[in-house]
Amino acid sequence: MASIIHKLKIPSSTQFLEDVREFVTTHASEASFSESVVEQMKIAVDEACTNVIEHAYNNESNHSIDIAVIVNPDRLTVRIRDRGRKFDSQAYREPDLMAFAKNRKAGGFGVHIMRRLMDEVQFNSKGGLNETLLVKFRNAR
Amino acid sequence: MRPVHPNDGLPVGTAQSLYPNISMSDFSVGFRSTGEVRILDLKGELDAHTASELEAAIQKCQSDQAVQIIVNGANLVYISSAGLGVFMAYIEEVREKGGDIKIAALQPKVFNVFDLLGFPMLFDITDSEDEAVSRFSAATS
Repeated sequence: MASIIHKLKIPSSTQFLEDVREFVTTHASEASFSESVVEQMKIAVDEACTNVIEHAYNNESNHSIDIAVIVNPDRLTVRIRDRGRKFDSQAYREPDLMAFAKNRKAGGFGVHIMRRLMDEVQFNSKGGLNETLLVKFRNAR
Repeated sequence: MRPVHPNDGLPVGTAQSLYPNISMSDFSVGFRSTGEVRILDLKGELDAHTASELEAAIQKCQSDQAVQIIVNGANLVYISSAGLGVFMAYIEEVREKGGDIKIAALQPKVFNVFDLLGFPMLFDITDSEDEAVSRFSAATS
């Protein structure tokens, strides 16, 4: 069975995060995922897009982000593409909550949340194009 | 309810939408006081776009010398790590001044996000606002 793909393009600004959440909620619900799983996908995609806006594009709002919800019989994948600075997953360290509070550090939890909520998280980069893939399997857990 | 997204209702194939409409921020903070305790009523969705409003509210408490703060989350329907980061950024400072930020009455799906990052180990999270108020009273009597 072929994939069903739904696409959304947003400017690289946090004011559009709400639209992204609604977009993912609509199509994940249509694909018959449970309310709690849809909620998990919504948060993970929000975190991924926030990271693109704040880190890949350094809060510059004149770029764009392409989001695709790809529905297959066994899984749902959300693909987030940007052309900003690539994320170095090798250099990433799991956050330490107590240390963050001591240092008054307000960010750095996004990747941790994505990995906790999704079944698979991948970061790919090629030829200036970055891609975050968030995967939820239908029968996992 | 927000307007129906242009992609809604397209069950198959590829749908490429125009940029979504700019939406107004769906988040607000209300202020109340009971004795020395300042209560912040959060309403709506707290993400990277709206986190600055929570930050401004906590800064206002600080400029008013109010360090006993309760955040009432009864009407908070969504939080991402950007929202959690605001609590992280201010908790040490408030505690150094002899106060605390207690978090009360969270909806289960919002509590789950706090829990995912281990917040119950760092923050006083109570089921009800009354319970948070009485903990402040117990600490100061």
